[in-house]
Amino acid sequence: MSEPLVVIGNGMAAARLVEELGQVALGRHSVLVVGAEPRLAYNRVLLSSVLAGELPVADTELKPLTWWKAQGVTLVYGRRASAIDRESRCVVLEDGTQLPYARLVLATGSDPIRLPKPGMDLPGVVTFRDHDDVGAMLAAAGPATRAVVIGGGLLGIEAACGLAATGTRVTLIHLMDRLMERQLDAEAASLLNAALEARGITVLLGADTAAVEGEGCVEAVRLADGRDLPCDIVVTAVGIRPNATLARAAGLATARGIVVDDHLTTSDPAIHAIGECAEHRGTCYGLVEPAYQQAAILARHLAGMPAAYEGTVLATNLKVSGVPVFSAGDFLGAAGTESIVWRDPGLATYRKLVLRDGALAGAILCGETADAPWYLDLIRSGRPLGPLRDRLIFGQALAEAA
Amino acid sequence: MAIHGSLPNPVATACPYCGVGCGVVASVGAAGQVTVAGDPAHPANRGRLCVKGSTLGETVDLEGRLLHPMMRTRTGSMQRVSWDTALDAVADGFQRAIRDGGPDATALYLSGQLLTEDYYVANKLMKGFVGTANVDTNSRLCMASSVAGHRRAFGSDTVPGTYEDLDEADLLILVGSNAAWCHPILWQRMVANQKARGARIVVVDPRRTASAAEADLVLQIRPGADGVLFSGLLVFLADTGALDDAYVAAHTEGLDAALVRAREIAPSIAVTAAATGLAADDVERLFGWFAATPRAVTLYSQGVNQSAQGTDKVSAILNCHLATGRIGRPGMGPFSLTGQPNAMGGREVGGLANMLAAHMGFSAGDIDRVRRFWGAPRMAEREGLKAVQMFEAVAAGAIRALWVMGTNPAASMPRADHVRRALTGLDLLVVSENVLSNDTVNAGAHILLPAAAWGEKDGTVTNSERRITRQRSFLPLPGEVRPDWWILAEVGRRLGFGEAFSWTDPAAIFREHAALSGFENRGTRDFDIAGLAALSDADYAALQPVQWPVRTRSDRRDKRFFGSGGFFTADGRARLVAIAPPALAEATDPARPFLLNTGRLRDQWHTMTRTGKAPTLGRHSPEPCVAIHPADAEAAGLADGDIARLDTAHGTARLRVVHDAGQARGEVFAPIHWTGETSAEARVGALVQAANDPFSGQPEMKATRVALARVPTATDGFVLCRGEAPRIDGLLWTKVAVGGGAGLLFAAPEATDGPALIRRTAGPGTTVAEVGDPARGIYRAAAFRGDRLEAVVFVGPGARAAWNGVQALFGRPVLDAASRRALLSGRSAEGLPDPGPTVCACFSVGLTAVAAAIGAGAADVNAVGRTTKAGTNCGSCRSEIRKLLARTGSPVPA
Repeated sequence: MSEPLVVIGNGMAAARLVEELGQVALGRHSVLVVGAEPRLAYNRVLLSSVLAGELPVADTELKPLTWWKAQGVTLVYGRRASAIDRESRCVVLEDGTQLPYARLVLATGSDPIRLPKPGMDLPGVVTFRDHDDVGAMLAAAGPATRAVVIGGGLLGIEAACGLAATGTRVTLIHLMDRLMERQLDAEAASLLNAALEARGITVLLGADTAAVEGEGCVEAVRLADGRDLPCDIVVTAVGIRPNATLARAAGLATARGIVVDDHLTTSDPAIHAIGECAEHRGTCYGLVEPAYQQAAILARHLAGMPAAYEGTVLATNLKVSGVPVFSAGDFLGAAGTESIVWRDPGLATYRKLVLRDGALAGAILCGETADAPWYLDLIRSGRPLGPLRDRLIFGQALAEAA
Repeated sequence: MAIHGSLPNPVATACPYCGVGCGVVASVGAAGQVTVAGDPAHPANRGRLCVKGSTLGETVDLEGRLLHPMMRTRTGSMQRVSWDTALDAVADGFQRAIRDGGPDATALYLSGQLLTEDYYVANKLMKGFVGTANVDTNSRLCMASSVAGHRRAFGSDTVPGTYEDLDEADLLILVGSNAAWCHPILWQRMVANQKARGARIVVVDPRRTASAAEADLVLQIRPGADGVLFSGLLVFLADTGALDDAYVAAHTEGLDAALVRAREIAPSIAVTAAATGLAADDVERLFGWFAATPRAVTLYSQGVNQSAQGTDKVSAILNCHLATGRIGRPGMGPFSLTGQPNAMGGREVGGLANMLAAHMGFSAGDIDRVRRFWGAPRMAEREGLKAVQMFEAVAAGAIRALWVMGTNPAASMPRADHVRRALTGLDLLVVSENVLSNDTVNAGAHILLPAAAWGEKDGTVTNSERRITRQRSFLPLPGEVRPDWWILAEVGRRLGFGEAFSWTDPAAIFREHAALSGFENRGTRDFDIAGLAALSDADYAALQPVQWPVRTRSDRRDKRFFGSGGFFTADGRARLVAIAPPALAEATDPARPFLLNTGRLRDQWHTMTRTGKAPTLGRHSPEPCVAIHPADAEAAGLADGDIARLDTAHGTARLRVVHDAGQARGEVFAPIHWTGETSAEARVGALVQAANDPFSGQPEMKATRVALARVPTATDGFVLCRGEAPRIDGLLWTKVAVGGGAGLLFAAPEATDGPALIRRTAGPGTTVAEVGDPARGIYRAAAFRGDRLEAVVFVGPGARAAWNGVQALFGRPVLDAASRRALLSGRSAEGLPDPGPTVCACFSVGLTAVAAAIGAGAADVNAVGRTTKAGTNCGSCRSEIRKLLARTGSPVPA
């Protein structure tokens, strides 16, 4: 008889886990997925495309209902799990329903961080996390609308570009002196800056938000230097926090996220965690690729197959069409590294490779990212470059051409 | 440039390079572009051309041309002046020098590039009117030893044979001649003979040259030992009964003495082999072949001539042909291959200090005859100074006014640094030139006279087989450029000799020259073209290639000489000569343990004034180099591609090392082509000693002792730019012609500031694309104005390997993005798969791959993902893939 497997969270990690289980352990578990959002699992990455009007909402759905049914999955969505009873091995929902499990997988994702500043609760201040946020933005968007996006990271830039595509007049404000400072060096960031400004987005760097102002609804963002940015809508995208609330309450080991080992197992052997809620070897990931890798590893583990997750060398692809940006590994170049740089302002391209001990350690690609997977593979494999080094910067086709 | 309406098009003319004298047909296109093809009607080449001739069209642009007379101002700068001002200044300067030091205080140094008509006027002016025979020419460096050898043996400077002999010979012996590179069309005729008729080709040369590659026998001889080899041959022929006793008895003198000396030098094959460094078997094979092959031609060139014993080397060869009577009959004879298009024409007019005019010398009778013909007021009464001595006299202050025409002695003379310094001390240095700048111009020329170049000038040239060919103009005279004969005649008029220099066109000069050749000749002189003295202007314009002698208008006799004797000595007999024991002018010593040989490359010619403009020719061997045997190189610590410093008693150069197993141990070879104009430190002439032949005055340019030392370099690199390439102090740079601009290859003794170099090269208003790998010392940059590539700089490892590929991209007017991205890699984007626009950013899957997957049957997004990985990570592209699937229609069911 198949053992009950409950998944809390109905996001991309959960969907991929179910898919992977279908591949490696079909019928071994009776799977039940609990999701707080009242819809089928969807591709969160595509929200910026929806916002930009490039994609209908329906196209974000990861799998149709028929697929879930075919997988034999019980879907419980629009209902929030409120507790885990590890003693009796069941998940308790808001309405008191108890769902027994033999194995429990936490795929609770993360929550947007809200700035602890005055006015953040005013109507018109939204985050950029789910369909409701996108709905709110689209409702307000248009040429007559002024938007301020707070946060010049990946998500903030995608929100700003999405809004700009609707004709909304967008100002992107960022606390740091360059955009995507966790993924880009100054030169790449400045190219990105120029690309955003070419789309009509006003970018303010070193802009410290003091407050959101308004009588009853958003009217302006005030900066610490006193500047006021009048606006009709504010999007905050200043980061995410792993959602470990349930786990913490259940007494599982947590740090920033839910601590898991290389088998994605928490401090309770019956409970696993994957995706943005998990913390593996001290790292909480905020991207989809590690979540998918974790889902695949966990599926194999649950199927009794040998599998271990050893972490993911992070690679970032900015999903803004026409602004290809890629970053991976040690892109800044710590002490003891060597850098190779290629720039062509005429093609708006910039490429930087960081080498350590004769192997590729990091890369930034701006304007032209076709070689990203090749570089990423070289970074992840750590294989010695040898004579490839002098051709490396020119990309796979030219480097490997006879 | 506007094209002169009245010039015919296309035009049959002669190639301006080597002495083969090929006919070419030049056409000028609507946009002024010049194309050149071989002239099928010309007997020298029958339509064939070598790579240098084929690319003449790449060399006729006006970049760097001297277009107006110029004079040096008091501050030292050059200033444009009128022709009147310049010509008056030349005449004044010469008059002043004559007044202060006599006629011998003046001199002309001419060129085998000049046309016969130019040469004639120069020779007449100096030897008949100024009154000095200080008229010498760069032919002194080329074939003066042949002239002296001919005159000593034949009583005249006569090349006895014709090119047809090369087709009809059964044995072709090349001595000191790399004809495959230096006379390619004749070489092709010889190889065709080898293939079709089985003629044997023997190459005698200290180097294993390109000619050696196709030879039946290669004798890699010790430098300076040619006289030993041919002495040994004479002995062998005598001892094996192979002499033509009847011919010797009827037509020659001196065999006995020559043979006695030959026996002293090379009494046996064993001694010959030992003294020449050859295997006895090889020597015996050559001797046996020669003895058994009546139809034998011995061709010789600079390896024989450029020697302090060049005349004796020529004599040693002539001795063997005279003693066997193998001369002047089909398929046999000695054959001097000349290096220049009109060295022969220069010899005909007497454009050498030791000739008077029309193959006459300085006998009292000859002087009187020429005086009467010219109506000359002030005949030169004795030989003038030959090139080496002429520049010594310049250095010593004995010559105060020198006029150089169409040649670059500050680069090409032996001890060229010494010569360059000497030029700066002249009261008057006049240079007639095509170019604004070269080593001689820059040696302090006071007056620059813009002379017509090939394609513009009009007259005749004579090739190695005595064939006169019209060199016709097909381009208008640009700027204020004038033909050399006109410039000379104008100076003659200003010196007060208006009547004698009153020609209005080259036809009139040619008629006078032809008339002088026939004047009181009556068969006493070999050079006689009296049959052409009455050509009308129209006849001259239409003159077909014609071989002399042309004693009458209908002279149709066989053009060979001496088959039945008839030498131009007093008694009509040829002279066999007892040569001096062969020895080099100097030997190596421990401080300078190598012998430096100098010579030519396949695709360059002389000092590159013309060939240096052709991108096609720049590809074969773009940099000045020194070839050395790999074992010698290893012992000297010189890797292939290193830079070596060459040190002789006379100068230094720094050249790229090329390992060449064709070099003999202890000998190195450096091409002569580069000058201070084209490279930083590659003036090979500056290395060469000035020891010269006692008869011909030709210097020993192929055996100077030299030391080699490795020059440490930090990096290699190159620059490409539109317009003039910058000269960069501190770099060992070499200019290279490239399509669409100029190139500079360089080696850098110290680290090079690449970013500064591209800024300096590209100029303002450009966008610079660059790659830097500081840890590897790599810097590469390309400057663009829009999508037009303006300049490229490569520094560091890989630059050399990228040179050709980048040059090809540089030749394009604009670059597409793919080529632009490939540019700095040094690799071509051609043939690389075009991935198409990116569909899946996560896995960089392009449209091409997605379409291919759909075409191969992928029916839905997941199937495409399974094949290509597209859409399997973030999924952003899945809807795009879906659209592609829909557009493609129903895929073929699996």
